[in-house]
Amino acid sequence: MSTENNILVKLQNAGFKQNNKWLVEGVSLTVEKGKIVTLIGPNGSGKSTTAKIALGIYKNIEGNVEKYTNKVGYVPQKISIDWTLPLRVCDFMLLTESISEKDIDEALSLTGVIHLKNKNLGNLSGGEFQRVLIARAISKKPELLVLDEPVQGVDYTGEIALYELIKNISDTLSCGILLISHDLHTVMTATDHVVCLNGHVCCSGSPMDVAKNNEYKALFGEKASQILTVYEHKHDHVHSEEGEIKKN
Amino acid sequence: MFDDFFVRALFAGIGIAFVTGPLGCFVVWRRLSYFGDTLAHSALLGVTMAYTLDLNIAISVFLISSVIALILIQLQKKTNLPGDALLGLLAHSSLAVGLVVIGFLTFIRFDIMGLLFGDILAVTTDDLLIIWTGGALILLVLKLIWKPLFASTVNYELAEAEGLNPDRAKAIFTILMAAVIAISIKMVGLLLITGMLIIPAAMARNISDSPQKMVIFSIIGGLLSVVLGLYSSLEFNTSSGPSIIAASLVLFILSLFKIKQSIKLKN
Repeated sequence: MSTENNILVKLQNAGFKQNNKWLVEGVSLTVEKGKIVTLIGPNGSGKSTTAKIALGIYKNIEGNVEKYTNKVGYVPQKISIDWTLPLRVCDFMLLTESISEKDIDEALSLTGVIHLKNKNLGNLSGGEFQRVLIARAISKKPELLVLDEPVQGVDYTGEIALYELIKNISDTLSCGILLISHDLHTVMTATDHVVCLNGHVCCSGSPMDVAKNNEYKALFGEKASQILTVYEHKHDHVHSEEGEIKKN
Repeated sequence: MFDDFFVRALFAGIGIAFVTGPLGCFVVWRRLSYFGDTLAHSALLGVTMAYTLDLNIAISVFLISSVIALILIQLQKKTNLPGDALLGLLAHSSLAVGLVVIGFLTFIRFDIMGLLFGDILAVTTDDLLIIWTGGALILLVLKLIWKPLFASTVNYELAEAEGLNPDRAKAIFTILMAAVIAISIKMVGLLLITGMLIIPAAMARNISDSPQKMVIFSIIGGLLSVVLGLYSSLEFNTSSGPSIIAASLVLFILSLFKIKQSIKLKN
């Protein structure tokens, strides 16, 4: 499937230096249509930096970045919005692109926050705001979705449902997803390709390959490696938001 | 119709209010009030240049303010001084240089008070033309850059990541600021232009819950301030600038009651 036109963004030996310190260096990865690439690694290992390099937020980078799409949806890890702005959820949804009322409603319903549509953004809780951020990113039907710890602060059941939603979106829109996550469970079940970072690429490949890698074990510990073996079995069902079992 | 100086002043003020309304919202949102002040102070230099070289005041002010804005951007890149220190440096030095140059131009009679605080008698039909065409142009450009400018005001990285080119929008906005100062200097005076940008927008913030509403209320607030201010300026024989700004302050104080109400409702 890996033909040239399926590539959405390609990093070749990319790195970024700030105040004479490498935040990350020597990263090569490709995100293709319909594929989920996940970045894992400890704090400060350069995951968000890599995402920002791929998005073109950082200029003056080392190496090479080729971006083949402009339809991008981004959920940043940290977002500092100035609350002196009078901004409702529905205004925020229209921030970077004019989308129809129907698409807004649909995206907000999918992430379970349609009831907040006319609320002021400053009055939302952390988890609610996170759901709005995801809704905004998917509502524009992007070709490339970059999600930097998208479910932080979301309650446990919501977390599972949102990851399921992300997987669904990758299938239905056949968009490429660059995901940053600390949740190794999710990573190993939903991802096509894992890149393990620690200032540089420490290992990469399919989830199973990475789990067996010794550097990965050194970084995350033996326990993390065992998580994967749990997930080696095939899933034959999924759980809906209410916890009901749905056969695949 | 435009034979009467008061009608000219009224139309000039109305034209200015339409432009300062939306631009003022961005000044409040992006915390640029001191930046506006700096550009306005540098306008004095523009006025002296207009007199020495016999140029149109608005055009000359626009040129000087744009140059000062560019110098500021360069200084921000090349020095380690904090932004507010650089703004202060440029504001006061350009004001001082402007006043010194005026001292040398002994052959011209300057109405310093009029320059600093605005003079409704000074508005000519030519000025009206500049205000309305210039104003329309500013609003048109603002409309074109609205999306990237607003998105980057909310969050720079989101705008950049999703391909909106916020840096270009910011540069264009800086030019628009210089332009609005250029067209309103005669009416409001260079010490009070920032007030015209900020106070109606601040008033609008108190009574609106969406960006569009804030822009509309800000325009309405500016229009009311101009009309009330100019009539009282005529009535009490005061400078036009301070009268307009004082009127907008009254509107701002009234808008505070609305906040109190909505806080009570929440509790």
